[in-house]
Amino acid sequence: MHHVLINEERCKGCLLCTVACPKEVLEQSARFNQQGYKVVEVARQDDCTACAACARICPDFAIRVFRKKSAKPKGAKGEQA
Amino acid sequence: MTSINLAALQQEGYTEVATLPEVLADRPMHYCPGCHHGIAHRLVAEALEELGQVERTICVSSIGCSVFIYNYMHLDTVEAPHGRAAAVATGVKRARPDAFVFTYQGDGDLASIGLAESMHCANRGEKLSIVFINNTVYGMTGGQMAPTTLPGQKTTTSPGGRCASTEGLPLKMAEIMAGLGGVAYSARVATTSLKRIVEAKKAIKAAFQCQIDGRGFGFVELLSACPTNWRMTPLQANERVEKELIPYFPLGVFKDDANDPACSVSGGDS
Ligand SMILES: Cc1ncc(C[n+]2csc(CCOP(=O)(O)OP(=O)(O)O)c2C)c(N)n1
Ligand code: SF4
Ligand code: SF4
Ligand code: SF4
Ligand SMILES: [Mg+2]
Repeated sequence: MHHVLINEERCKGCLLCTVACPKEVLEQSARFNQQGYKVVEVARQDDCTACAACARICPDFAIRVFRKKSAKPKGAKGEQA
Repeated sequence: MTSINLAALQQEGYTEVATLPEVLADRPMHYCPGCHHGIAHRLVAEALEELGQVERTICVSSIGCSVFIYNYMHLDTVEAPHGRAAAVATGVKRARPDAFVFTYQGDGDLASIGLAESMHCANRGEKLSIVFINNTVYGMTGGQMAPTTLPGQKTTTSPGGRCASTEGLPLKMAEIMAGLGGVAYSARVATTSLKRIVEAKKAIKAAFQCQIDGRGFGFVELLSACPTNWRMTPLQANERVEKELIPYFPLGVFKDDANDPACSVSGGDS
């Protein structure tokens, strides 16, 4: 299973990552960070393809995506353009 | 936080994808939630690193919300007076032809107060690059009308909506730049989705490559969201770029001398 890490203190709750994700892995949580922003969370990690769309659209660089080395990329390929 | 931490991920056979460029500073940015400036910063940083230009880069920053770009990228930076980034960059590049020089400017900065500097710089074919952030308003000062504000768009200085008969139509800078002789590359992109971000990165790299090859002036316009001054949520603003901005400001490459030898400008980079 791939892994997505959210840096909650950097997240501003804009939700751009939630619509960029083709697999609906990310959702708004019920938590607020110290800045008062309602942060996103990883709701369906199993569905993640490690495509990194979320990380690349996040305007605050709050997301890091880790691909499980053994796991085959399902569906979307890692964009490295 | 997620149950698995970073250290565990690094040990347990994971590889990080789309790692953050090292030239970006690891610190929070002041931009509003959902502002596209951050996405653009990352693309510029990735392009500089992938093209191997970081060490020789001098950034010329402008006045607008991105005024603190020097806090967010580990680059030597000259802060230009409002609108004058292209003129300052001309001086920097001519004094230091060995440096890679780019400006990062908003639409108020480049297309309003700095229109003359920007167009003459382009027309002279200065061997530098401009990253132009078009969010259709003066973001920093509270959302006044810019030369790029769409017809009918309400701003603090066009409360009834921009009226074409009194305020004219929005300037299409990427097309205008493409019409100038000294310009080697001009394109317009957006950063609303992964697909668009991939295209945007290609365009930024192509514009930067013109300078590296000494082919001339490179220009990239990024249609960007300003949720705060558009009085929208970040998601609504992102959608507005697609539904309202792109139909008026078409995306695409308007000039590329790499594909058209007839318009190539001679002269080396150093
Ligand atoms: C000579 C001068 N005139 C006016 C201003 C006020 N001012 C600061 S930023 C700005 C416009 C910024 O808009 P833009 O370039 O579109 O950048 P954005 O904030 O939208 O990214 C203006 C008019 C100034 N700082 N200096
Ligand atoms: S895109 Fe970034 S800042 Fe916005 S909600 Fe997602 S993680 Fe948070
Ligand atoms: S890496 Fe791709 S699939 Fe996984 S959460 Fe991010 S956008 Fe969704
Ligand atoms: S005012 Fe607009 S351009 Fe400035 S930081 Fe906020 S969203 Fe971005
Ligand atoms: Mg602006």
